[in-house]
Order: sequence, then structure tokens, then C-alpha cells
Amino acid sequence: MTALKAAPQDAAVSIQQLTKRFDGGSPVLDRLNLAIAPGEFVALLGHSGSGKSTLLRTLAGLDPVTEGIVTRPQRVSVVFQESRLLPWKKVWKNIVLGQEDAGTRQRAEVVLEEVGLSHRTNAWPATLSGGEAQRAALARALVREPAFLMLDEPFAALDALTRLKMQQLVADLWKKHGCAVFLVTHDVDEALLLADRAVVLEQGQIRVDLPIPLSRPRKHSDGDLEALRTTLLNALGVHGA
Amino acid sequence: MSDTVVLTETQSATEVPKGPLSFVNLASLRRYASPVFLVCCWQAACSSGFLSTRLVSSPAQIAVTGWALTRDGTLPYNLGVSLLRAASGLGLALTLGVLLALISGLSKAGEDIVDAPLQILRTLPALALVPLFILWFGIGETPKILLVALGAIFPIYLNLHSGIRSIDPKLLEMGSTLGLSRWQTIRDIFLPGALPDFLTGLRYAVGVSWMMLVVAEQVNAESGIGHMMMDAQDFMRTDIILVGLLVYGVLGLLSDQIIRFLEAIFLAWRPSNEKKRTT
Ligand SMILES: Nc1ncnc2c1ncn2[C@@H]1O[C@H](COP(=O)(O)OP(=O)(O)OP(=O)(O)O)[C@@H](O)[C@H]1O
Ligand SMILES: [Mg+2]
Repeated sequence: MTALKAAPQDAAVSIQQLTKRFDGGSPVLDRLNLAIAPGEFVALLGHSGSGKSTLLRTLAGLDPVTEGIVTRPQRVSVVFQESRLLPWKKVWKNIVLGQEDAGTRQRAEVVLEEVGLSHRTNAWPATLSGGEAQRAALARALVREPAFLMLDEPFAALDALTRLKMQQLVADLWKKHGCAVFLVTHDVDEALLLADRAVVLEQGQIRVDLPIPLSRPRKHSDGDLEALRTTLLNALGVHGA
Repeated sequence: MSDTVVLTETQSATEVPKGPLSFVNLASLRRYASPVFLVCCWQAACSSGFLSTRLVSSPAQIAVTGWALTRDGTLPYNLGVSLLRAASGLGLALTLGVLLALISGLSKAGEDIVDAPLQILRTLPALALVPLFILWFGIGETPKILLVALGAIFPIYLNLHSGIRSIDPKLLEMGSTLGLSRWQTIRDIFLPGALPDFLTGLRYAVGVSWMMLVVAEQVNAESGIGHMMMDAQDFMRTDIILVGLLVYGVLGLLSDQIIRFLEAIFLAWRPSNEKKRTT
């Protein structure tokens, strides 16, 4: 059975026995199972090359499902590490790309306000800073009111200070929109700060599935984070941190 | 400490010193000074008999002849004929070139069918087809317009095609995650993304058009700037030939300016253009 199914609205994401290999080599994803509840925030960690992006691309429908069953909501959005804004369209036109009804401008303004970018509504993307560009990419993802939001290392290219601000922004937006979020990250602290659950991908499967039952809003300095941090770092094979 | 560099406001050599006199004009005048000086030398050489006016007319003579040709309508008429030919040929090349580039750029099957023959054809020197074109199409307007089109179509096709092919696949992926239709993808991603390359191609195409036209009009024509120059050759009128050259030069410059203008309008999103406009 192979399929990428669109679940009824607001249904959970479910991945069953997903196997993925490139050019007949050894499988990158090997009978992987994962479920994400509606509105749940899941962070995906794993070594470089472990297949995180591959999993996300399959969920996004960019790569075909060749083995296994994947069910996901109809309305999904993706934010990549690069903003992927069209350089020849003004910021607000990028936000509502592909939407052709009346009121696009207004909708763009609302969502740009949400991400704190209303002063750049009419700017060319090339003039945005890295952080601003990622805010715009977030706005473009949110304006579609997704039931499921995928983020592939969205802040990896940003400086530490900007990253902290963006994490805060994502936490706020998630609270407000209530969509399920799947965040690929290398940053253990980012996962602990934002997610309900951190999962670790290793050898094609989810090896660690760690609930993060901490109250929000969370701070990096929270003492409760320490134990979870050690667990996750151990799971990633980083000892003595 | 020896490798410390101090960057100050006046670092740039083109910086304009502030003063009661306007040095701005001086700086921009300098650019024109050497051409003007050369023309003066040329005039002096002709006047003193150092240069034979049978071989090269003096600048003053060229100006007089140019004015006379304009007054009696010879120049405007021939210029009009040449412009019409260039515009028709370029228009034809644009229509066909864009169409073919879209077919081969946007579909794999189209590329297989269209690209290979065009890549072979483009290696032929277009001018070598002049005799064949005259045999096929006679000596009317058709062979001239077709020659211009033939020369101009390749830069347009090749640049637009490579522009479409070199669109960042990440942008296309993004478009597909946003659920863009095929038509929206073409309109919002492929076409604007290929526009810079297209305009580069257009610039070349315009240059090639003039060149093809010169040849076409000099080989076989009853009118046009090229014909005017060939006629002048029979009467050893170097002044008329030089007027023709001057006209070609001005036309080339003007068409280049037009394309620059188009680039400034349509490529305003490029960071380099942004800078140009604010400084
Ligand atoms: N299109 C492809 N063709 C062949 N192999 C691929 C392709 N895409 C990914 N791979 C391979 O699949 C494996 C997983 O890649 P993936 O990009 O999913 O890793 P990742 O976990 O996202 O890594 P990183 O953290 O560095 O982004 C890698 O070994 C990679 O070389
Ligand atoms: Mg990756």
C-alpha cells in the first residue's frame, strides 16, 4: 500500500511504515511510524543526513510516497531554511502568492502585522534582512490558515539573538493559530523551548519519543529543562554536555 | 598596526569636493573632453591637408552633408525604410523566438523537438545565407526582413530558454507547496525569473539586427541607409558614407538606451537597480 492521503479537516498527521530510498540504496527512512495530534507541536531532531528533510519533504508532498501510508490535513504550509521569496514580487505579493480573490492585500497586511513586518509590506525581498525574510516566509505560511505547519530548520541561518526572537514569535503564533507544527531542528534548546514532544530520527526510524510536559511560557534558564536536555543530548550521542 | 586602513568620506576618487565653484560639471565634462579633442584633431588634420578629404571627409563637411541630406528628405526617407525593416525583422524574431523558447523551456518534449535543430542552426553564420535568401526571396523587402529576423532570433531564443531553465528549483518547490497551478507558476515564477536573461538576449538581438540590416541593404537594395552608403561609394562621397555610419552609431546607442530603460523599469527588484536609483 502506498499513498499520500489528505485526511478530513483538522485530522491528525499519521505516518505508517514509511520507507524511502534513493536510487535503490539503503533506505533513508525505514518503516517509519509517527503520529501527530491536531494542534500538537512536535520537534524532530537527528544527525545531519539522518533523513529529517526527506521526511518533511514527503509530508509536504514534494517527494512521492513510494512505500507506506501517510495521512495529513489538506491545508499544509512549509517554511524552509531559506525564505524562498520570489525576488520579483513585493513582500505582500509574496505572502498571498497564488491567491487571486479580492482582499489579498488586506489579508497580507494582517498577517505581516502578526509577524512584526508591517513596515516592510511594500519592500523588495532582496532588501530584507535574514530575520525579516524568515518572518515573511512565516507570514506566507500562516496566511493560508494551515492545519499543519512544517518548518525545516527555519532559523538555522540566523544569528543567535534573532533566533531567540523568532522562537518566541513561533511560540506566540502557534498559540494563536493552534495548528499542528512539525519543526525540524538541530537545536536541542529550541526543541525544548517550543515543542510538546521531541522525537529523534536515527537509522530511518523514530528512536526516541520524548514528551516535554513543561508549562509555558518556557525559558532557557528553567531548571526542569536540564534533565530533558541531558536525555535528548544522550539520545543524539552527545555526551558530557 | 601597519595593516590598518582608515576609510574616510573622501576615500572615493569621484567624490565631489565642496566649494563655491561647481566641480560637478568639470568631472562630467572630462568624460566628453577626449572625444571632442579627437574630433578637433581630425578636423585640423583635414583642414591642413594632412588627411586627404577624398579618403576621409572632415567633421565639418559631414555635418554640412548630414544637414543637406536631411533637408532634401534623402536621409529621413532612407532612415524610415531601414527602421521599418529592422522593426519588422526584430518583431518577427521576438514573436518566434519567445514562442520557441517557451515551448522548449517549459516542456521536456518541447525541448527535444525544438532545441536540437535550433542549436545546430545557430552555428551557421547567418550572413552566409545571404545568397540563398536572395535566390529564394528575390530582392524585395522579404529577404531583408528575414535576414534581420534570422540574426536576431538566436540571442532571444537562447537567452530566454536558458533563463527559464535556470530558474531556482527551490522557488518552484515553494510554488508547488503553495499549490500554484501550472499557469500561475509560469506567470509568477518562470516568466519574471527569466526576464533578466530575456532582456540581455534582446540587447544582443537589437545589435545583431542592425548588423544584418547593414549587410542586407548593402548587398542588394534600392533604399535604406545601407543603400545610401553604397550609392555614395560609387561617387566617392566619403561624407555621405560617414553620415551613414554616424546614423548607425546613433541608432545603436539609442536602442541600447531603450533596453537599459526597460531594464530599469522591469528589473527594479534587483538589488543592483535598487542602489542605482537611490544614489
Ligand atoms: N534527492 C536525493 N537523491 C539522493 N540522495 C538523497 C537525496 N536527498 C537526500 N538524499 C540522501 O538522504 C539522506 C538524508 O538526507 P536529508 O536531507 O533528509 O538529511 P537531513 O537529516 O535533513 O540532514 P541535515 O540535518 O544536514 O539537513 C542523506 O544521506 C542524503 O544524502
Ligand atoms: Mg535537512
